Amino acid sequence: MNKVTDILIVDDEQVVLDAVNKICSAEGYKVDQSITAEDALKKIDKNNYRLIISDIMMPEFDGFQFLEEIAKRKILSPVIMTTGYSTVENAVKSLYNGAIDFIPKPFTADELISSVSRGLKYLEIQKRLIESKNRTNDESIIYVPCPAKYFRLGYSSWAEVENTGSILIGVTDLFIKTIDSINELELLKIDDEIVQGNSCSQIKSKEGLLHYVLSPITGRIIERNEQLINETNIIEKDPYFNGWFYRVIPSDSEYEINHLIPCSSDRL
Amino acid sequence: MFKKIGFKLIVAVGLTAIITIGIFSYFNIQSHSHSLLAEVERSANQLSETVKHSTRYDMLLNQRDRILKIINTIGQQPGIRDVRVLNKVGEIIYSSREEDIGKMVDKKAESCYACHAANKPLERLPIKDRTRIFRIHPDSSRVIGIISPIYNEQSCWSADCHAHSKSQIVLGVLDVTISLDEVDKQIKKGEMEIVIFAITAILALSFIIGFFVKRWVDKPVKELLNATNQVGVGNLNYTIKDKRDDEMGMLARSFNNMTKKLSEARLQLFQSDKMASLGRLAAGVAHEINNPLTGVLTYSSFLLKRTQNNPELQEDLKVIVRETKRSREIVKSLLDFARQSVPKKNEANINEIIEHAISVVENQLVIDRIKLVKNLDANIPTITVDSNQIQQVILNLLVNAHDAIDKTGGTITISSSKLSLSPYGITHIKKAICPKRHDLMDNEVKIDGMPTIKVKVKSNGEEGIINFDPVYGKSRHIYGIELDVKKEINLICPQCSSSLIEEGKKCPKCGAPIFNIEIASQGFYEGCTRKGCGWQKWDAVDTGGQKDYIEIKISDTGCGIAKEDLAKIFEPFYSTKGQKGTGLGLAVIWGIIDNHNGTINVESELNKGTTFIIRLPLILNKV
Repeated sequence: MNKVTDILIVDDEQVVLDAVNKICSAEGYKVDQSITAEDALKKIDKNNYRLIISDIMMPEFDGFQFLEEIAKRKILSPVIMTTGYSTVENAVKSLYNGAIDFIPKPFTADELISSVSRGLKYLEIQKRLIESKNRTNDESIIYVPCPAKYFRLGYSSWAEVENTGSILIGVTDLFIKTIDSINELELLKIDDEIVQGNSCSQIKSKEGLLHYVLSPITGRIIERNEQLINETNIIEKDPYFNGWFYRVIPSDSEYEINHLIPCSSDRL
Repeated sequence: MFKKIGFKLIVAVGLTAIITIGIFSYFNIQSHSHSLLAEVERSANQLSETVKHSTRYDMLLNQRDRILKIINTIGQQPGIRDVRVLNKVGEIIYSSREEDIGKMVDKKAESCYACHAANKPLERLPIKDRTRIFRIHPDSSRVIGIISPIYNEQSCWSADCHAHSKSQIVLGVLDVTISLDEVDKQIKKGEMEIVIFAITAILALSFIIGFFVKRWVDKPVKELLNATNQVGVGNLNYTIKDKRDDEMGMLARSFNNMTKKLSEARLQLFQSDKMASLGRLAAGVAHEINNPLTGVLTYSSFLLKRTQNNPELQEDLKVIVRETKRSREIVKSLLDFARQSVPKKNEANINEIIEHAISVVENQLVIDRIKLVKNLDANIPTITVDSNQIQQVILNLLVNAHDAIDKTGGTITISSSKLSLSPYGITHIKKAICPKRHDLMDNEVKIDGMPTIKVKVKSNGEEGIINFDPVYGKSRHIYGIELDVKKEINLICPQCSSSLIEEGKKCPKCGAPIFNIEIASQGFYEGCTRKGCGWQKWDAVDTGGQKDYIEIKISDTGCGIAKEDLAKIFEPFYSTKGQKGTGLGLAVIWGIIDNHNGTINVESELNKGTTFIIRLPLILNKV
């Protein structure tokens, strides 16, 4: 029987491995580490991991190839990508290729912990979903997928192109489910610029963790949902309509939407 | 030298002058000598007639002594060589030279030849045939001789002496010879004068032509040649100063225009090249630095979490975490600069940001005996900026100021204040559009690093490009074409050719046509098309009245920046610090301030110090 370890961390820098190991261990997770992607794949074959954290820029076998391999092997474990070369492209590409989160280096202990906690939660939800599919008579809804004409960045945020050309953005139900419950929401101000793949809002959970919402699109905020600040439960109740975050004038939506996942593909 | 255009032109003009003046002189000399000879001939003839008439009476009386006396008297006059009277058989019966009297003259001789050549003597000859010019010896001067026949008349045969019979027609001849010495001298003199005149004229002509060729052709060509050589070796800043109005001037202007365009293109290429390498560098730096930073940030933030019951340690750890986070933002801004990303703005107090920046360098300043003077306005309003980026700007400028001051110490003054400025001369146009909403901004031609407004101009059958200064009120427009405002001018969008000229309105300052360009969501921007006029109007901005800015001034008493370097200091990789700097600092600063819609200016005097002036708008332009 395979040994179950919580987290596998893959990075070509020993100091990063040690740091992540230390932080996660302190949180009570069992951590395994690999200094190359090949080694990590060997370990994945042998063991079961609940979460994988991988660097992008590694010699020979890089993070994107690693991500592809994991998808090929139909491994359920969610993957969090991280890199020192934290560009928008890397973030968006990671999320497009199936990673559940992207943490730019350098990160703080809290940033890592909140991402890890979401990742583990994500796995739990996915497992529940599979279970409920097996039990045909189960009517309970695990989470609400985003509407067909929406686009999403990874599983976290969504964007809807409005008739006027502006774009409405918000977070997915799955993202909220991975947070547990929202305690506090911090929004940017009107006229602020947001950048695709960069943080556009902070959500504080009941546990006190800060979760960053990555923006699905680049543009300038023209309107924000003031209601949300006082009534955060609106997001939980209706994340796709009343729970929108910002209305944005995009700078190059056509180009950027190509890097988002159309929600219609979720329903096949 | 012989291959020069100037020399060839002089030779051509000289040859033409030689031929024309030569022909003219030849005919002039000819006619001059002819008229002189004709004059001599006439006077000789007259003399002959005089001799004939004055001796006539004595002849009739056969007074030989008296005749001889008259002839002698006349013959002694200067210039008259001989006066002889020959009888029919050729005997000299009277002569001004006594030894000749009685001698026989051969009928084939000089004096008789005209009539006796055909054996049978002619009796009447025209005056032309009676004169002859000859030399007595080949060496002697020329002589003119004139023969006048003495015809028989009634008084001759009816005279008492009965010397002549009635049947004779010609009784004898009077032969007068006159020396042409004086005439020849005069002809020679005339020839000489004309030759001297011709030479002088040719020389003068050549000199004048040479002078103007040198002035109009040689000098500008030399200058042009020099300029092309300069450009050839890569000095694209070389301009021809010559400002003449002729074709050479046009050539020089068009040459200057060409080098200017070329240098702009090169600069652009250079800049984008630098940007590309900056991007690569940033990527490498980001990756290399972010990994060790991850170590620092994770461990320190981890420690911070674990030592919550140790407030003393907490404080120090907080500093580490805060500064590491700042390093993270700096590395990110390096990436952002290479990628021209937008700043993350929040409400902040400039004075606090300045204090933060100062606290980092304070110790170093004290060690190096540099006095720091703070003139911070305590009542300054908060401003929406990316505080990390602005702190980085101030820190970099403080470090620069520190580096500029040598070991003997100096003063750095940092001040903050609020000021209101008229939008004129400050407001930066970031997006200009044509009536069909095409973007008119030109990223390839920049003024002070800002993209210009590019319009196409059609005038007088010519087409060109004008790049307007993107700062409202500053008219540093770049004209790619010479415009004559008196002619019809049409300013159009380079993409769709929509007219940008305001119909029926003229510049209130100079009367030239004015353009009217829409600024995205900021109304219309009008201006005069004439180069150098500078009239501009932008109602949407003007009505807003004065704009509030926060001004930060950082001055040092250091070594200063040379004038030629001032224009380049904001370029990436430009450094005067040699090995000490990367040359990125000020370029990053410029990018940050520009992203805040602010301006940064520098004033400097060598060995006196440098002042950087940053102005950040209190209310950000909503472009």
